[in-house]
Amino acid sequence: MSELVLLAQSGFPAPMGGLTLAHYLFVSAAMFVLGVIGFLTRRNLIIMFLCTEMMFQAAGLALIAFSRFWLNQTGQTFVIFVITIAAAEAALALALVVLLFRKRESLSADEWSEMSG
Amino acid sequence: MTGLTPVILASTGSPAATHQGAWWMALIPFLPLLSCVLCGLVACVRPIRSTKLPAWITVVSLGVSFALMLATYGQQREGWASGASVTTAWEWIHLSWGHEPGQTLIANFGFYMDGLSGLWMLFVTGLGTLIALYASEYMAHDKGLGYCRFFAAFSLFVFSMACLVMGDNLILLYLGWEGVGLCSYLLIGYFYKKPSAVAAAKKAFIMNRIGDLGLALGVMLTFFHFGTVQYAELFPLVQPHIDSLKAGRVEDIPLLVQAIPVLLMIGAFGKSAQLPLYVWLPDAMEGPTPVSALIHAATMVTAGVYLIARTMPLFLVSEWALPVVAWVGALTALLAATIGMAQFDIKRIMAYSTVSQLGYMFAGLAFLSSTGAAFHVFTHAFFKATLFLCCGAVMHGFAGQLDLRRLSGVMFMRGWLIVGVAMLVGCLNLSGFPFTAGFFSKDMILAEAFVTPGYQLLGWILILTAGLTAYYTFRVFFRVFVGPRLFEPGDEVHADDDHGHADHAHDGHAPAGDGHSAEPPTPQPHDADHSFHPHPPGWAINTVLALLAVLSLAAAGAYFIEQDRHGWVGSMVHDSTAAQVSIGEGEHAVHAAAFRHDLTHEEHAHATLLGMNPHDVMYFVSAIVGVIGILIAAALHGPKGIGGLMIGSRTEAARSRADELLPRLGPIPRWAQHKWFVDEFYEFLIRRPLYVASCIFHLIDALLVDGLVNLFGWLPRRMGKSARRAQSGVLHQYAGQMAGGLVIVLFIVLLLTA
Repeated sequence: MSELVLLAQSGFPAPMGGLTLAHYLFVSAAMFVLGVIGFLTRRNLIIMFLCTEMMFQAAGLALIAFSRFWLNQTGQTFVIFVITIAAAEAALALALVVLLFRKRESLSADEWSEMSG
Repeated sequence: MTGLTPVILASTGSPAATHQGAWWMALIPFLPLLSCVLCGLVACVRPIRSTKLPAWITVVSLGVSFALMLATYGQQREGWASGASVTTAWEWIHLSWGHEPGQTLIANFGFYMDGLSGLWMLFVTGLGTLIALYASEYMAHDKGLGYCRFFAAFSLFVFSMACLVMGDNLILLYLGWEGVGLCSYLLIGYFYKKPSAVAAAKKAFIMNRIGDLGLALGVMLTFFHFGTVQYAELFPLVQPHIDSLKAGRVEDIPLLVQAIPVLLMIGAFGKSAQLPLYVWLPDAMEGPTPVSALIHAATMVTAGVYLIARTMPLFLVSEWALPVVAWVGALTALLAATIGMAQFDIKRIMAYSTVSQLGYMFAGLAFLSSTGAAFHVFTHAFFKATLFLCCGAVMHGFAGQLDLRRLSGVMFMRGWLIVGVAMLVGCLNLSGFPFTAGFFSKDMILAEAFVTPGYQLLGWILILTAGLTAYYTFRVFFRVFVGPRLFEPGDEVHADDDHGHADHAHDGHAPAGDGHSAEPPTPQPHDADHSFHPHPPGWAINTVLALLAVLSLAAAGAYFIEQDRHGWVGSMVHDSTAAQVSIGEGEHAVHAAAFRHDLTHEEHAHATLLGMNPHDVMYFVSAIVGVIGILIAAALHGPKGIGGLMIGSRTEAARSRADELLPRLGPIPRWAQHKWFVDEFYEFLIRRPLYVASCIFHLIDALLVDGLVNLFGWLPRRMGKSARRAQSGVLHQYAGQMAGGLVIVLFIVLLLTA
């Protein structure tokens, strides 16, 4: 039993060698930070939206890695839901972006700043 | 004539037991209420609105009430000797918060009928009917909405008065008490477009509120201490306290119980216009005259007398409550009479005489002569209604003229004879002319003053007042009703104003405002060549005046019925809760001991005046005083010839012999004419300080209270204003803030877990 657990936690399938949980988490964190930086620096609404999607997937990757690490299916199940919701949300968000574009003929986020206090 | 002496009857004399009354007794108050509703409905129906329908509804319903009251009297008179009859219309207030005694408040819409309430209801409904009939003609120039409003309030008044008088508990009495106050307010302010009427209505209402506070506290205290407000249960509970006072053990009576009569007294003083609170009544004359006659002379103002008579057992527990009532009554009588002597507005003179006569009634109550007081209420109701309605007829006929210097010889004008004769009857009654009703009732009170130990001085004050009353009453009669036929119409023309009396100068002051010392107005006799014709009263007014004159004379007959029980009124009062105090024979010591005078039976029994029985002496004394007053009035104001009893010398309306005499009295007549500056005194002592205090409170309210409230409104707004800059609307800024926040949180978590 304990061997199986060790096997799983050391990364499976075995041929991948020294790939551990830390690697996955590092990738996930890198994706997330890239997403944040993209979101903060770009003005294009579509790019910004893509950056949020990337942060989403980073979180999903971390969930799957943990799920695998703990041999627990909940995380993976959850990610399937997340992907489903993200798909729906992407459709909606892109439609909104298209509408916004039609209003101002521009995709810049700075165009939309009336809601100031 | 038996020697009459005051006495507290033994406690067995108090009819505490009650029995079931007939169901239709409840109709007596509710018919006027129905009439009030119907008058209101008539006002909503356009085609019948401007007819005399409201008047007839009121007259008929009040008449039926009176008939029912007569039937009640006929059916139940015998039963009252053994206890009141009670008819409960419905259960009204029934609160219970425990099973101990005193933890249940029961106040039913129950009607309590005994001698006292029977007496009151007889003249309230009877006079109400007559005065409504009079008003049907008097108010005719105001047909329409005003007419409906008038009769609705009139009916509501009778309903409230019936609740007050017939209520079987103090709470229903209080309801009626407030109801009559409301109706009084509505009717004084009837000509609501006239500022003086509105001011008078407010004054009456506010003055009454002061008294009502006392009454309300008295009722609460009664319940607090005795645990009941129902007469039938209350009075037996009071008896032990009376007994301990009789035995001289004042210290056994709780202070709380002794406070009850004082509070009730304040209520009575307010409603009945006694000394500190009387100033509203003369101003109440701003209302239409039938209202003055019914509410402010005959019925409502006697509510205070009724209250004290009804709760007499409560007054007997305090050894100084009744002496206070006596002094207040006597001083009010004197003060009002002196003011009445110097006024020129005849309606106002009658108002002051009402205040003065109410003073007699209070003094009578305090001399433990409920009979005397009730008899005076009874006779006064008739003759004062007569006097007021006569003044009203004059006012109606001469376009609102009420100044006695501008009218003369009215009685001898065509169509005015009935008014003149009725006025004469009323004046004779008021001045206590021998063998009139007023004579007998006033004597009963005066004589009691002399047989009650310690009240001789008050007796002399009241006798002096009787003389003054005769003088000012006949001053009006000699100036206005006899003499050369001259008049000057008032400024009120019925044809073209919407509210008849709207511009009528109602003030008792001379136009110059300075009274006797100034030149009296020069009257221009208006004869046939002038466009104004006085219109003599029609059939309704004449019928009512004739009936009232006859009734006020016939009221004297009440004195001779059942002589052994001191007249019909005496027998009625005897069969009521006021019977604790009644005129009877023997047992004088009880009364004396009750007030801790160390008189023996013998001494009191032989209380004499000039060595004779006080009652017998008083007939002569008061008759002589009254006649002297009339003769002085004749000499000073009477016209030349038989009309002035051959001693008058007046030849014109505006001037009389008094005008030469008065300047010699110095400023006194002027002061009296200005009502001894009581209004100004109140203005200075109460209204000004209140005004100043309210200004201060306004400032405190505006600065401190409002400031605090505004501060709490201002702070969040200020905070929001400074925080709103964070809300820039720029998406990236938000994102940056979020990311920064996230970094900080992560950093903190890292620090904590490391």
